[in-house]
Amino acid sequence: MNLKIFYNIFFILLINFSLIVDARELSIKQLQERKKADLERKKERDKRGKKAFQKEITIKNKIAFISKERETPPVLSNLDPIIEDEGFYGVKLAIEDNLTTGRFVGHDYMAEFHRILLKEDLNTEFEKLIKRGIKFFIVDLNEDELLSLMLIPEIKDVIVFNVRAKNDSLRNENCKKNFFHIPPSYSILSDALTQYLVKKKWKKWFLVTGPDKNDKLYSDALKKSAKKFNVKIKEEKIWDFTADLRRTAGKEVPIFTKVAKYDVLVVADEDGEFGEYLVYRTWDPRPVVGTQGLKPTSWHRTHEQWGATQMQNRFRRESGRWMTEVDYHAWTAVRALGETITRAQSNDVKKVQKYLLSDKFGLGAYKGVKVSFRSWNGQLRQPILLAAPRSMVSVSPQEGYIHPLSELDTLGKDKPESTCKF
Amino acid sequence: MMRNFIFLIAFCLTNSLSSVKANLAYITNEKDNTVSVIDIKKKKVVNTVKVGQRPRGIIMSNDGKLVLICASDDDRVEVREAETLKLKYLLPSGPDPELFIFSPKNDVLYIANEDDAMVTVVDMKDKMIIDDIPVGVEPEGMGLTNNGKILVNTSETTNMAHFIDTETLEIVENVLVDARPRVAMFTPDDGEVWVSAEIGGTVKVINPNSKEVTHTIGFEIPGVNEESIQPVGVRHTKDGKYTFVALGPANRIAVVDQKTKELIKYLLVGQRVWQLALTPDEKTLLSTNGVSNDVSIINVKKLKVEKSVKVGRFPWGVVISPN
Repeated sequence: MNLKIFYNIFFILLINFSLIVDARELSIKQLQERKKADLERKKERDKRGKKAFQKEITIKNKIAFISKERETPPVLSNLDPIIEDEGFYGVKLAIEDNLTTGRFVGHDYMAEFHRILLKEDLNTEFEKLIKRGIKFFIVDLNEDELLSLMLIPEIKDVIVFNVRAKNDSLRNENCKKNFFHIPPSYSILSDALTQYLVKKKWKKWFLVTGPDKNDKLYSDALKKSAKKFNVKIKEEKIWDFTADLRRTAGKEVPIFTKVAKYDVLVVADEDGEFGEYLVYRTWDPRPVVGTQGLKPTSWHRTHEQWGATQMQNRFRRESGRWMTEVDYHAWTAVRALGETITRAQSNDVKKVQKYLLSDKFGLGAYKGVKVSFRSWNGQLRQPILLAAPRSMVSVSPQEGYIHPLSELDTLGKDKPESTCKF
Repeated sequence: MMRNFIFLIAFCLTNSLSSVKANLAYITNEKDNTVSVIDIKKKKVVNTVKVGQRPRGIIMSNDGKLVLICASDDDRVEVREAETLKLKYLLPSGPDPELFIFSPKNDVLYIANEDDAMVTVVDMKDKMIIDDIPVGVEPEGMGLTNNGKILVNTSETTNMAHFIDTETLEIVENVLVDARPRVAMFTPDDGEVWVSAEIGGTVKVINPNSKEVTHTIGFEIPGVNEESIQPVGVRHTKDGKYTFVALGPANRIAVVDQKTKELIKYLLVGQRVWQLALTPDEKTLLSTNGVSNDVSIINVKKLKVEKSVKVGRFPWGVVISPN
């Protein structure tokens, strides 16, 4: 008898618990079902012979997405697959978004995807595309490659959106009026992180910098942020182990991190060569932030506020994987272009460039506030997510950092500090 | 084991408390997968019921007998008995239904499918999808004239108000509005349709005949930065006096003169205020405050916030029984 009651209650509870489970991200299977249902609906619609609203096309736009073949770097984690198509689905979704708007206003959009092979010369290939009359480029390239593009004489007649390089130099001494930068610069990321650490009163840092050039640049930005927000860097070290520490990190890291008292370990390891090994292995029990641990970023899989769930779902439905930062940047670039052409009713390069830099431009990009471009250097003005691997911790700018124009300009180099001269 | 028993008894009790009918407000809690029922007179929650996943839009039938809920992550619309909130049946809705609106006679339901750039049209008698209308990306707001002839849908990413002829179920005109339009609401005399733009920070007033924007209402609140003023919910009083606009993370509701479009007052409510609902006598206004997880109850005559009532996590939509 008792057993029976127990089982009854057990099952009722089980049913209740299954009802209590929180709303989660949809599984790939659920998303695929949605896609299938979509296609079926489309078929039925076609059968009914109804046509979607379509205004006569008056403006045609062609956009080229450029990426480069790269040598595969050694992987630290066995978990993350190497993504070969970064940026592609971002562009694809944004083109679809632009086309939907375009249908109602008579604008057409098309994207070409080009991957420059290792044996090919970037500038030669790029020039060919400019000669073919392409005006708008989304480029997934690093700093050196972008600097090389700037040497092409005809480059001034097109618009280039950088979707990967975070280097401050591209937004300052090496800036160009027709180069727009979607990724937050190192100084924007470091300010976003620092504002939060200051709020937490974690103001004594142990800074660990990786061996690569970009690690050094990120680290320099962090040092500048520390100065700006009155944070003390108690200890600084360069990580120069070359061995794969997958089996030995437990021995090496405690010794490496046995330093003077600090609140938080700040790491600059852009390629993820060692940062993950620091987490949980430090001599003192301290959190790790920076490129690993708590990370300032423009996009993250834990982001679900302000309609981001819709974006995450749409992206995963298309690609079967999570949206990366580069995907998000590519989406934003193509949407920025679409928004401008819709509002300006023109795809003339000079007009588009002017509109993008004007205060009339504003784009909803799942960040809660509109994103826009800084008129003095073409950097996208945007809130920065502070994400832990499985939770969104905060969004910068933090409360209390005020600015006469936009609080977003408390992040990175503001107009007076910028060395960009258009 | 004893504790489990108490839990069960409590569960049963809350389910049986819903016999009072008048003056009830139903609130969807997006993150809790529940609906909270508030007795407006008593100003307290009288019932909380589990519903489908990610409930957002919520409406009621004219006779007050049915409550319809968009269960966005279940890709369906739930039809529940108003009195008990028991599930009566499910309606096909297309993927990710977010907001919807009934035709005047309640015979047709128009649903905005956020994930799908589509407005789905459902016949209530046959409980079947009769048509779907391709609209802009991330459709949300749904406004309908009193005679049910013109439907206005807003698309959040396309930034448009789509005017749809409900007889042919085809788009007749598209009006560009400001960024991320969330709600479209016709004035009581159908002379204007007001469209709120969350990221744009404005409300556009459109003449439904000429399809021209006649007014752009902006908001300025001392001490609140421009970026956090994000208009979403819009409600007009039938006497043509006031329009209430929920301003999202500005944590305020703007009271606008419906005729002159001038600002009368800002009412401080809970955090991230989105949707609004008026009682049938229009003496009381309710707002869902997503981040502070509560509902504000506002006295319309005095233009004063009287109480906030704690509900579930991320309250999203609100509807008040018509009787």
